[in-house]
Amino acid sequence: MAAVKSIEVLSPGLQTTIQDLGRFGYGHYGVPSSGALDSFSLRIANRLVDNSENVACLETTLMGLRLKVLTDVCVAVTGADLQLQVNKQALKMWCSHVLKKGDILSFIGPRSGCRAYIAFGGGIITPFVLGSQSTNLFSGFGGFEGRSLQKGDTLSIDSPQAKLPMAGRSLKSQWIPKYPSVFTLRVVWGPQENDFTKKGKRTLTHTLYRVSSQADRTGIRLEGAEIQRKKNTAESIISEGLISGSIQVPGDGKPIIILGETVSGGYRKIAAIITADLHLLGQIKPGDEVQFAAISLEEAHRALDETGHKVNNLSALLNS
Amino acid sequence: MGDRGLLVELGDEISRQINQKVRALFIGLAGHDFKGIKELIPGYRSLMVVYDPLVSSLRSLKFQIMDIWDTVDEAQLPSPRIVEIPVAYGDEFGPDLEWVAHYLKMTPEAVIRLHTEPTYQVYMIGFMPGYPYMGEVVDSLVTPRRETPRTHVIQGSVGIAQKQTGIYPVTSPGGWQIIGRTPIRLFDPQKNPPSFLEMGDRVKFYTITAEEMQRWLP
Repeated sequence: MAAVKSIEVLSPGLQTTIQDLGRFGYGHYGVPSSGALDSFSLRIANRLVDNSENVACLETTLMGLRLKVLTDVCVAVTGADLQLQVNKQALKMWCSHVLKKGDILSFIGPRSGCRAYIAFGGGIITPFVLGSQSTNLFSGFGGFEGRSLQKGDTLSIDSPQAKLPMAGRSLKSQWIPKYPSVFTLRVVWGPQENDFTKKGKRTLTHTLYRVSSQADRTGIRLEGAEIQRKKNTAESIISEGLISGSIQVPGDGKPIIILGETVSGGYRKIAAIITADLHLLGQIKPGDEVQFAAISLEEAHRALDETGHKVNNLSALLNS
Repeated sequence: MGDRGLLVELGDEISRQINQKVRALFIGLAGHDFKGIKELIPGYRSLMVVYDPLVSSLRSLKFQIMDIWDTVDEAQLPSPRIVEIPVAYGDEFGPDLEWVAHYLKMTPEAVIRLHTEPTYQVYMIGFMPGYPYMGEVVDSLVTPRRETPRTHVIQGSVGIAQKQTGIYPVTSPGGWQIIGRTPIRLFDPQKNPPSFLEMGDRVKFYTITAEEMQRWLP
């Protein structure tokens, strides 16, 4: 490993963290997975710069990130369209480029989506904590000193010059996701769906919910019709394990989509978003609208099989 | 749960017997290297099994879990650890001790005695890394949460709320009544395991002085 100081943070924007595909196997100690909220975009970004899929990237939210390049490096940006620029000229996303020493990469603001992913050929060097480089902001570990990036931070890349010849790869245009401002998310009922009234369950699938301003890496709070609980049920339940994408309904009846920063909770889960649609959660921003479509477990697994095939054959998706 | 979680429910109340069953199944499953299981999250009365549906079907996962459940012998389980945790009660370390004593119409010394007497059960680790859900507090010590939660509860703070007692692993917001602080670090991501406590542990608190507390800290 040859660490080369390659990137300086001129401005961190709203929030920029280091993430890989997440931290697994420590749930029984209360350690959540963290990791890229849009794992599809992170995997593609890595493949575009010839990294393996799980290498740590930057995840940046909505606007304001500015980076200065300190040494020539191969870079690819995927995910949300945040009006990517290099030296104030638009730069193509979903494609790898060589950036030269002194170049300035900036993200002006969202045209679509919420989070962009920046992969550097060779990968960002930070210590692995509990098997992952992902940042856990709440407990302050992993990533860059356990926190969001700040102005003046510098990132080291592993042997960046070795990946310069890889620039020019791109994702075939038919695979580039388009992020709407109205998201349809497929869900599977449970485990506490029977604690809600028929009307309550209908409310979940027949309401266009608006994403509140309280949406961050821990969860997406929704505004809209209240989901009715059965009369004889208490507000909370005995705490139990959960998964990211769980739709939790607290006492006020307004659903919250739980993301990968917690392993347990004491509110009822009416349904959970299917694995094939999880990556979309990273691209939902305050003000967007969300509707839920209930499907069967078999349909959910079939959908995952299809995306699984697609993602497992990433190379077939690339022009090189 | 969803399309990649299986919630195995072993009872519907908070009890040591049910939690012991959860522990038995957890230890049984953790001891096998099942392909497709990504995460096991024990709760009070259930075990969340997170699996990769591309690797293992729900059907075969259910069979595997039933197999383990049939062979698990609670009597053969490793006996729970007894963990003693030092706590400096009151003053700067336990800002709510006086209020709790006043609320319960007893002396602060009596609160401390009631809190250190029982052996608590760690039912699960969750909510945040290293956070132990412990019970039960004796009935005479049952106190409501603070009306106004604190924005900053310092790492190591020992709190009570209703029938539960807990320790904050990192400085964070919180609404429990803080009666003391331990110098023990409950969560250290640089260690493996990262959590000082684990599900099933039995915890007993003992008092230390403010001077001992200071000496303990680096």
